[in-house]
Amino acid sequence: MSWILPEGISTFAADIDLIYYWILVITGIVFVVVEGGLLWFVIKYRARPGRKAYYIQGNTKAEIIWSAIPAVTVVFIGLWSAIIWDDIKGRDSVPEGSLAYDVRAEQFEWHFTHAGVDGTLGTADDFQLRNQLHVPVNQPVVLNATAEDVIHAFFVPALRVKQDIVPGLGAVIWFEATSTGEYEIACAELCGMGHYRMRAMLTIHTQEEYSQWLASQSPVATAE
Amino acid sequence: MATSAVPLEHSGHAEAHELSFIRKYIFSTDHKIIGIQFLLFSLVFLLVGGILATMMRWQLGFPNEPMPGGGLFPETMAPGGILLPEFYNSLVTMHGTLMVFFAIMPLLVGVFGNYLIPLKIGAPDMAFPRLNMASFWIAVPAGLLMVAGFFVEGGHAGAGWTAYAPLSADPEWTGVRAGQQLWLLSLAIIGLSSILGATNYITTVVNLRAPGMTWFRLPLSIWALFVTSILVLLAIPILSGAAIMLFFDQTIGTHFFDATDGGQPLLWQHLFWYFGHPEVYILILPAMGFVSDIIANGSRKPVFGYDTMVWAIVSIGFLGWVVWGHHMFQSGMNPTLGTVFMISTFFIAVPSAIKVFNWMGTMWRGNIRFHVPMLHAVAFVAMFVIGGLSGVFMASNTFDIYIHDTYFIVAHIHYVLFGGSLFAIFGAITFWYPKMFGKMMSPLLGKIHFWLTFVFFNLAFFPMHSLGIGGHMRRIYDPTQYEFLQPLQPINKFISISVFILVASQIFFAIAFIMGWFNGEKAGENPWEDNGLEWSTPSPPPHGNWEKTPHVYRGPYEFSSPLVEEDYLPQFKKLDGDSEPAAAGGNGRG
Repeated sequence: MSWILPEGISTFAADIDLIYYWILVITGIVFVVVEGGLLWFVIKYRARPGRKAYYIQGNTKAEIIWSAIPAVTVVFIGLWSAIIWDDIKGRDSVPEGSLAYDVRAEQFEWHFTHAGVDGTLGTADDFQLRNQLHVPVNQPVVLNATAEDVIHAFFVPALRVKQDIVPGLGAVIWFEATSTGEYEIACAELCGMGHYRMRAMLTIHTQEEYSQWLASQSPVATAE
Repeated sequence: MATSAVPLEHSGHAEAHELSFIRKYIFSTDHKIIGIQFLLFSLVFLLVGGILATMMRWQLGFPNEPMPGGGLFPETMAPGGILLPEFYNSLVTMHGTLMVFFAIMPLLVGVFGNYLIPLKIGAPDMAFPRLNMASFWIAVPAGLLMVAGFFVEGGHAGAGWTAYAPLSADPEWTGVRAGQQLWLLSLAIIGLSSILGATNYITTVVNLRAPGMTWFRLPLSIWALFVTSILVLLAIPILSGAAIMLFFDQTIGTHFFDATDGGQPLLWQHLFWYFGHPEVYILILPAMGFVSDIIANGSRKPVFGYDTMVWAIVSIGFLGWVVWGHHMFQSGMNPTLGTVFMISTFFIAVPSAIKVFNWMGTMWRGNIRFHVPMLHAVAFVAMFVIGGLSGVFMASNTFDIYIHDTYFIVAHIHYVLFGGSLFAIFGAITFWYPKMFGKMMSPLLGKIHFWLTFVFFNLAFFPMHSLGIGGHMRRIYDPTQYEFLQPLQPINKFISISVFILVASQIFFAIAFIMGWFNGEKAGENPWEDNGLEWSTPSPPPHGNWEKTPHVYRGPYEFSSPLVEEDYLPQFKKLDGDSEPAAAGGNGRG
């Protein structure tokens, strides 16, 4: 049992995680106070012979206080979330100069089209990989995703990225990784029999490594 | 005016004449019999839903090992006793579907709406008894169709209980044809049953209240059932309409939800959740009502802030209509809408907090009797608090990016629907059982059942929060496929074992239920020393409920009133100085 989030490796992971830890602390306090109070009442006010309960119909002042406290708290969490949300998922959130990829999801695999050495999609050196996505570190990346058949969801726990990809609607997903390594990509929306194994790997390279890797992958290089 | 709606056999004397066995117990128009019919019907589905859960948990705890007894299943489900992924998806789908539509919803609304409304408002029966009978007998074929799906070619529906299109819209994607169609037909039919029931409940509460039973003397259980009925009446037709559209996509080649031919998959989600979120409150409001009644009785105190509690029910019912988009934060819906739905969702924290604090206020300085219903009611409050607090995490659209579609939401829904609704249902069944059957359930068995359920419920579902925090996706057949989930596998195993014990513990409830029926201690008119009108008639009440319509002199929660020696003062008890009430509803008889 752990309440600690796994390591986050995107520019916005820390923002998301901070909201989580704040909510955890706030709800943790409420949890202890309310459940503790309940337990205390249950023990303290258990039936004893010859006693009669205190006859009271309510108390408006108390009720106003315990409506106002949660109201203020949730407004705080809500406003804060709204700001971060807009940075991550808002219409204009994709950073300028992001490196673009095409993503095609189908039952039960991912196809990632990488721009070749020229860094631009739609040119001759583009190449497609099945269930493998390679990106450079410290570089905003944007995925233009489509779904062939049913709804899939692109989920990279380490990046704190999750986005449904709806057929006909597609999705634009961006992130900027902050450390190198290999991370798993999962489908998070039930998509049929093989949903559980619709898995791919994300490899995050340093800028130099990425250039070398690109050069080794480009269709021209393979042809030679 | 309203009496004309009551068939002849209900009017006049409580026991007018003997009915044949079939008219009395099978095709009965007596709301009490119909309530008990719904009780047996939905308890069977509760059991089936629980068994499906244990099978899922077997696969999750012990992936790809033969399930004990798995050899009994055909090759198309579990060859060699190992569950197939497509069968696992059917289990996921049907566990959710059966629990929501055939267990929890009929238990709350079908059983107690029927049983309690007339008895608690002082009516001889429902406003439309024949419609009431129809609502049960429409539910039966719906249940049979839903079960039949397991036996058709291609297997049962496997697109989840939310049936997201286009997965659910085209057999090409799942290989399931007849199963999904039966699923849709069954939901449309059980929906009709719910609509008939709701019409009846609303009419009855408005028109058939006994003299003196003003709106603000109604028990909170009745307020909750009344608001719930309005939600049912408005929400279910949306589901029925959507189900029929999806059925047409499946059968006659329409493309409402199929993007390749100009349809819109997100439309299904909007329709489903526009129904689905009010549905969530349909599944919790009655539970809150029963718990309010039981906590006041157990604490021997008036409900703290009765009026506020009523307004909290009404405002939860209203807010339920403007929050459906929080199920769709990551769906690709316009992100600005995501923020709007987040804010409306957060407002629900306010009436929910009021209810929790007012229940605690009710217990404060009480003289608490821990009968079995009270144990369940207190557990409801404790568990609902956890379900409410975990809801805050997901209501934040930003943090929801991470936990959406993970086990965190599975933990949340079970804390609300099991920790919440089902504990309230156990509380309500044990509380009103003596009235229903005229016998007491064994308190010893009841306590054993309560403690086992309470402990193993928490052992099963609390660790799911940490699975979600670890990123564990829901609805996956084999978590060991992912490296990042492998460290979590011991938790999966622990949860599975807890679920097995949790489901097995229900045997104590079954024994108490059946034994009570046959040789339980005889219950008097008012075994819990409660204030409601239902306790002023014999247990079980005769056909027609009362010889003479009861009169109501006060609110429902006058416990420990200084006006009387004993610690309860029933609504029907006339004290010196109480004047006779004028007719409140249309029920001017008596």
